[in-house]
Amino acid sequence: MAAPAAVLHSEWVKIRTVRSTGWTLAMAFLVTVAFGVLLSALTNSRFDDLSKQDQLTFDAAGTSFAGGVLGQLAMIAFGVMVVGSEYSTGMIRTSLAAVPQRGALYFAKLAVASASALVVATVTSFAAFFAGQSVLGSHSTSLGEPHVLRATLCAALYMTLIALFSMGVAMMLRSSMLAMGILMPLFFLVTQILVTVPGAKKVAHYFPDQAGQAMTRVVQNDDTPYGPWGGLAIMALWVAAAVIGGLAVFRGRDA
Amino acid sequence: MIELAGVTKRYGEKVVVDDLTFHVRPGSVTGFLGPNGAGKSTTMRMMLDLDRPTAGQVRIDGKRYAELRDPLRYIGALLDAKAMHGGRSARDNLMCLALSNRIPAARVDEVLEEVGLAAVARKRPKGFSLGMGQRLGIAAALLGDPEILMFDEPVNGLDPEGIHWIRTLMRDLAAKGRTVFVSSHLMSEMALTADHLVVIGRGRLLADTSMPEFIAQNSRSFVRMRTPEPEKLHDALCAAGIVVETTPEGAFEVPDVPVERLGELAAEHGVVLHELSPEHASLEEAFIRMTGAAAEYRTGPHGALPAQARGAAEDPTGHRGARTAGKDA
Repeated sequence: MAAPAAVLHSEWVKIRTVRSTGWTLAMAFLVTVAFGVLLSALTNSRFDDLSKQDQLTFDAAGTSFAGGVLGQLAMIAFGVMVVGSEYSTGMIRTSLAAVPQRGALYFAKLAVASASALVVATVTSFAAFFAGQSVLGSHSTSLGEPHVLRATLCAALYMTLIALFSMGVAMMLRSSMLAMGILMPLFFLVTQILVTVPGAKKVAHYFPDQAGQAMTRVVQNDDTPYGPWGGLAIMALWVAAAVIGGLAVFRGRDA
Repeated sequence: MIELAGVTKRYGEKVVVDDLTFHVRPGSVTGFLGPNGAGKSTTMRMMLDLDRPTAGQVRIDGKRYAELRDPLRYIGALLDAKAMHGGRSARDNLMCLALSNRIPAARVDEVLEEVGLAAVARKRPKGFSLGMGQRLGIAAALLGDPEILMFDEPVNGLDPEGIHWIRTLMRDLAAKGRTVFVSSHLMSEMALTADHLVVIGRGRLLADTSMPEFIAQNSRSFVRMRTPEPEKLHDALCAAGIVVETTPEGAFEVPDVPVERLGELAAEHGVVLHELSPEHASLEEAFIRMTGAAAEYRTGPHGALPAQARGAAEDPTGHRGARTAGKDA
């Protein structure tokens, strides 16, 4: 058996020494914060145009995380490339020759990549919150208000889980291109459109991103059939399914 | 010592590796020979547990590959030159491998020096030539200073200097007592480097023999005779108990009889000769005949051929099988 600490160290150096790690994680931060600020500023300037209902259910924290809808795409790219690049470069054979215990290699990779994603996502989440609140003016909130700290931490958790979900999917497909081609439009377009279609809404609520976003809200949508912890549970199930599916493929298939 | 027992790989209906059983003996260069598509690479991937055999097993010093502790210290393998991350520097690529098998970092610089890549250690292999990529792959194989080294078609696509370098490297490794297992589709390449030969064709074992034995069995020497009186010569030779093969052009090929005796016989019987020449078939021809017989078995009705080819391979004195197979092929 390869020593787990040695494999973790090796995977850490793998992540650290490719450029894609730096730029995907930097993009996740920049896009999330920048669009969060932009949307917060827009909302602040047009707050009086909102309907009475919208003003009453206004979620100041959730608004500052709104950039995550775009920022998550960079997290997806990060997760997909961490796993997929092993296949696109042919490195996987060399990696497996060095660490033939596939489960150990897989979990070491996922652990190191998820930890990296979590650090960046936490920084991103707090940065997006403070930057967003600073332009929301009189409509802003603070971390001390009820549920706000939970929403901020969950926004970081959401980004991390999206990255982990992408790693599992990329391993199941064993291809960066395929995984990107499926995940990007799914999370950027399909679920975003489906939640606005009355009939499809009921199903779309249970998609991983929609469920996960529920845990980042302070004020819950009336039509969402579960609360923040329900959302976390649903998303965690999706992530677990992707990770286990990835493990099954990795163990079962020829490299 | 690597042991394969009944290793078989099937993709659906297609049998790529068919019941392979052989040993790679320590302290020598074993050549793994077969035409393109014979199943060499698949076999090597199964030896490293990258591909799972449909049946049979591979043992390395009695263990499965996945049971090896820090496998790079047992076996170093070069499967193909493009098995590194192109966007990570050469040194970092090796560092990742070294860390996972607890090989000291100093060893990374050592092997880079050894394969002549020290100057480009910080460069990304994306821009490497095929030869440099091959050298990086070999650096990875040497990293754990392993007892066993495996190279899959290491000279493919290399320039003459690279080919010379790899041959020298393999001989040096064997001289240091390492076990080297190297595949090739070129008999001439094997004749230069290998002590022992494992020949496969269409996934089947055709020969597992030492190089000198293979040469003795297969470097067929015969005397070529042409005459305007073929019946007379044939009768004369048969009367002397000499077995003759007739070529399609009508010439005779007489194996294992000294050319002097054939000349004397012809003179005794008053047969006019137009040609009397000793010939040697090259090892390359022997290899093509051997694998050609295996190929024919799969596509044609000559069911008996591979058994004969095999018989020749297993029995050091059995000249007949290989020759019969060769003649038919």
